[in-house]
Amino acid sequence: MLEVRGLRSGYRRSTVLQGVDLDVGAGRVLGLLGRNGVGKTTLVHTLMGLVTATAGTVRIDGRDVTGRRPDVVARAGVGLVPQGRRVWPPLTVTEHLDLAARRGRGAGPWDVPRVLELLPRLGERRRHAAGQLSGGEQQMLAIARALLTNPRLVLMDEPSDGLAPAVVDQIGGAIGGMKAEGVTLLVVEQDLHLAFAVADDIAVMDKGRIVHRSSTREFRSDSSVAHALLGVA
Amino acid sequence: MIGWFDANLVSILNGFAIGSLLFILAVGLSIVFGMMDVLNLAHGAFFLVGSYLSVTFLAGASWGGFLTALGVAALVGLLAGGVLSGMTEPLARRPILDQALLTLGISLIVAEVLSIVYGNDVRSVRPPPGLRGSTDVAGDAYPTYRLLLIGIGLALALVVWLVVERTSVGALVRASVADREMVSAMGIDNRKVKVAVLGLGSMLATVAGVLAAPVYGARPGLDETILLLALVVIVIGGLGSIRGALIGALVIGQVESLGRALLPDLASFILFGTLALVLVVRPRGLFAGKVAHS
Ligand SMILES: Nc1ncnc2c1ncn2[C@@H]1O[C@H](COP(=O)(O)OP(=O)(O)OP(=O)(O)O)[C@@H](O)[C@H]1O
Ligand SMILES: [Mg+2]
Repeated sequence: MLEVRGLRSGYRRSTVLQGVDLDVGAGRVLGLLGRNGVGKTTLVHTLMGLVTATAGTVRIDGRDVTGRRPDVVARAGVGLVPQGRRVWPPLTVTEHLDLAARRGRGAGPWDVPRVLELLPRLGERRRHAAGQLSGGEQQMLAIARALLTNPRLVLMDEPSDGLAPAVVDQIGGAIGGMKAEGVTLLVVEQDLHLAFAVADDIAVMDKGRIVHRSSTREFRSDSSVAHALLGVA
Repeated sequence: MIGWFDANLVSILNGFAIGSLLFILAVGLSIVFGMMDVLNLAHGAFFLVGSYLSVTFLAGASWGGFLTALGVAALVGLLAGGVLSGMTEPLARRPILDQALLTLGISLIVAEVLSIVYGNDVRSVRPPPGLRGSTDVAGDAYPTYRLLLIGIGLALALVVWLVVERTSVGALVRASVADREMVSAMGIDNRKVKVAVLGLGSMLATVAGVLAAPVYGARPGLDETILLLALVVIVIGGLGSIRGALIGALVIGQVESLGRALLPDLASFILFGTLALVLVVRPRGLFAGKVAHS
């Protein structure tokens, strides 16, 4: 589904990704862990085309999308739930859903009723401006917005960031619902509970490279790995 | 209070006429800048093109000429905005200043061409037949055409507001102002939105030039005066905000007209004083539409 080979990218003064190799199989959920500032968001943005790759390739279902514009990558079947949610504050929930559904309508299982079934809280807030929603509701809106483009691959960047445990559980439930529909997911997460709950496989990033890759079960059974790579017990 | 109002009614009405023109001008400028970081310094030149089109098509002689000038100006504006959008695209990832310099260059070229074609004299344009007289407004004789201008300006303001705030196309524009990367992540090509908005915004500028010609005529330098006022309006109102552009335009319209009438020596000072005051109190303008990202 997603194949990344030797991907390098960064910003004006610094190269952040130092050659990333990564695969996510169709219908799988990969949890991507890593300390602050190791390049997780840069990877997600480079996959999406928001940051330009300087070397390497990104393939979606075999199609090379390296260096393409974000709207091209999105139409190739990639949805983004960005770090910090980045909803459009002045737009209402309904306006978000309509805008997101413009292109993806009919291209897959997700339409507004289905998405509201998965994220019922949004249904109660339809007339509210996104800027007035709670953090958890904004996160759900960011998920709904990505799903309505009917993506085959969803990139989620720290969906639990700053949310209360009960809300994190709901986000985890939504990820489960997406997976049940066959959506492939790359979930960047600092919250190990959520990562372990949703991910089939775990990858760990450090200094712009993938330094570990295993099934979630293996990763959990050997706590020394987590300790060495993430500095957690 | 009522006496003061009466004495200054003409200035106040003039302020509304300037204000509604400024809104039509500023709204395109503001949305394009808020949305795409393109500061279109050719906006004033587009306005002046509209004014000179009124001269060419003898808009003052007949309604046919006036309407032809409006139609041609609308087309020219649409095209000019589209071309400008294409020209700024290669600079899209460069700093805002690079694109602003490009549009400044274009505006200088346009102004030069206009002065070669039309000369450097002030060209005046009469209002179309039937609108040349004056109308009684609370005891004052006020030029009928200016009343119409106020009406058209407010009507256009309402239409623009309704489209931006109440339609799905408007939602796309507001989303693009707030965070265009996330719009592109929905599979929507930002460049198409930019062409459309820059085209329509430039169209409003050339149309405003035609509408304003019977009041301000056409002359070299008018482009810069108009651009400066429109820039003050969007800085006061906040980038990318319709409401901000409207309120900013009405305030600056009154400052320009009433200020000039009451305190002629201080008019420019009041204009920039208002600007400075707003920037001190609300650095992002009264109604910022743009969201800052770290
Ligand atoms: N827009 C930018 N311009 C320049 N440098 C940046 C930019 N964004 C991130 N960086 C730098 O790139 C490096 C990687 O940042 P990135 O955001 O990818 O890390 P991350 O793993 O997502 O961190 P976090 O867990 O805090 O979200 C950091 O050193 C950061 O300072
Ligand atoms: Mg990050």
